Amino acid sequence: MIDSKIKIGVLGIQGAFAKHISMLKNIGVQAEAVKYPEQIDQFDGLIIPGGESTTMSKFFDEIKIRSKLINFDKPIFGTCAGAILLSRNTADPLVNSLNLVPIDANRNAYGRQTESFISDINLEFDSKPFRAIFIRAPKLSNPAPEVQIMGTFNDDIVLVRYRNVLLSTFHPELTDDSRIHRYFLEYLVAESYA
Amino acid sequence: MDKSSFEVKVGLAEMLKGGVIMDVTTPEQAKIAEDAGAVAVMALERIPADIRAHGGIARMSSPKVIKAIQDTVSIPVMAKCRIGHFAEAQILEALKVDFIDESEVLTPADEENHIWKHDFKVPFVCGCRDLGEALRRIGEGAALIRTKGEAGSGNIVEAVRHMRRVQSEIRKLAVLKDDELMAAAKQLGAPFEIVRQIAKTGKLPVPNFAAGGVATPADASLMMQLGAETVFVGSGIFKSADPAARAKAIVLATTYYNDPQKLAEVSSELGEAMPGIDIASIPEEERLAKRGW
Repeated sequence: MIDSKIKIGVLGIQGAFAKHISMLKNIGVQAEAVKYPEQIDQFDGLIIPGGESTTMSKFFDEIKIRSKLINFDKPIFGTCAGAILLSRNTADPLVNSLNLVPIDANRNAYGRQTESFISDINLEFDSKPFRAIFIRAPKLSNPAPEVQIMGTFNDDIVLVRYRNVLLSTFHPELTDDSRIHRYFLEYLVAESYA
Repeated sequence: MDKSSFEVKVGLAEMLKGGVIMDVTTPEQAKIAEDAGAVAVMALERIPADIRAHGGIARMSSPKVIKAIQDTVSIPVMAKCRIGHFAEAQILEALKVDFIDESEVLTPADEENHIWKHDFKVPFVCGCRDLGEALRRIGEGAALIRTKGEAGSGNIVEAVRHMRRVQSEIRKLAVLKDDELMAAAKQLGAPFEIVRQIAKTGKLPVPNFAAGGVATPADASLMMQLGAETVFVGSGIFKSADPAARAKAIVLATTYYNDPQKLAEVSSELGEAMPGIDIASIPEEERLAKRGW
């Protein structure tokens, strides 16, 4: 059972934050958008949603939320742009990442929107495949040995866990399948919440 | 692998929410837009204010301009084709633009039919003035709807009219009984199945953005408060005194649309906005919003 008092903040600068919030509320936890640095401390976990990583990276400095995010010691889940922003290195001067997971991210690695796709992927923690939506998705590479690979699509790493941070290169918030959000809540958030 | 699925198209529109999409005509302007925090750019040969002043036939931008802009920025690049001009759309798809705007800002190529957008892998955005028009475009495959507003006018009044009309028509559908929906669909001139879906969910099946006449941070806030999920800014940025500062201010205003203190902060020291035109002074036949149906 997931504790209904758990409260997750979803970074609300722009992007698919409302989709994450409704997914979390459907699961039965509290969730709200985060737009100000002073909001962050009240949450048991954070989600950095998909959207434009260049835009969000600029806001991190503009609204002085960068150090709050880096020092947030509770679980964080990043999807797509969120995964890029939590990675070690993006090889792109426009996206200054938070470097919370020792893995590299390559933006738009599959190409432009006409190369966006939907495919089943394999999950390490569940035998049933997950129907994953990839939108101008990044690729993750060069993980440090401690990074756990939790999901793959062909040879690509699409879901990883490193300590209390979870990254996906696809968009579970755009589907009705809540297994990945539940995994985040049950195995990462509940652990630190208890 | 299913690339053409409607979900993938709407997915990109979801990622643009809460952001600002800016019209640009050169790689330099595209760079200014990206640096200001735009979530996407619309590659054009002329911005709407200049199309309006220039007259003549306005067509799809040249592939050269689009490619130069794609080579300069890493955010999504959109481009416009004429209403009904599916060959221009095919060319834009071949150029791998991220979104096509089948736009009334360009001279229509077909006065009866819009493009059958389901045939394309690339997602489409279309303008609307009311719910019926929005649902006809969604029926044809649009993955994103925007207000038409009155492009190039610097006047928000038409965008407000269109957004309010769509929202209030959605609210009206939501209270109808099942046996009243067919008559409502007839009256709206909209596909019945989509009318039924909206009556049930109380919202459009695709995101709804604002466009046409946004010139200030306050305009962006107004449209977001009226229910827009993202703001397109056409002439408002590069026809103003300080485009970089105004672009950044409108980006901040779109995120903090319901924080008047922050809006006051970002609106100070911006320099002159674009001059703007009273809609009543634009002759009926020159109003862009009237193009398409």
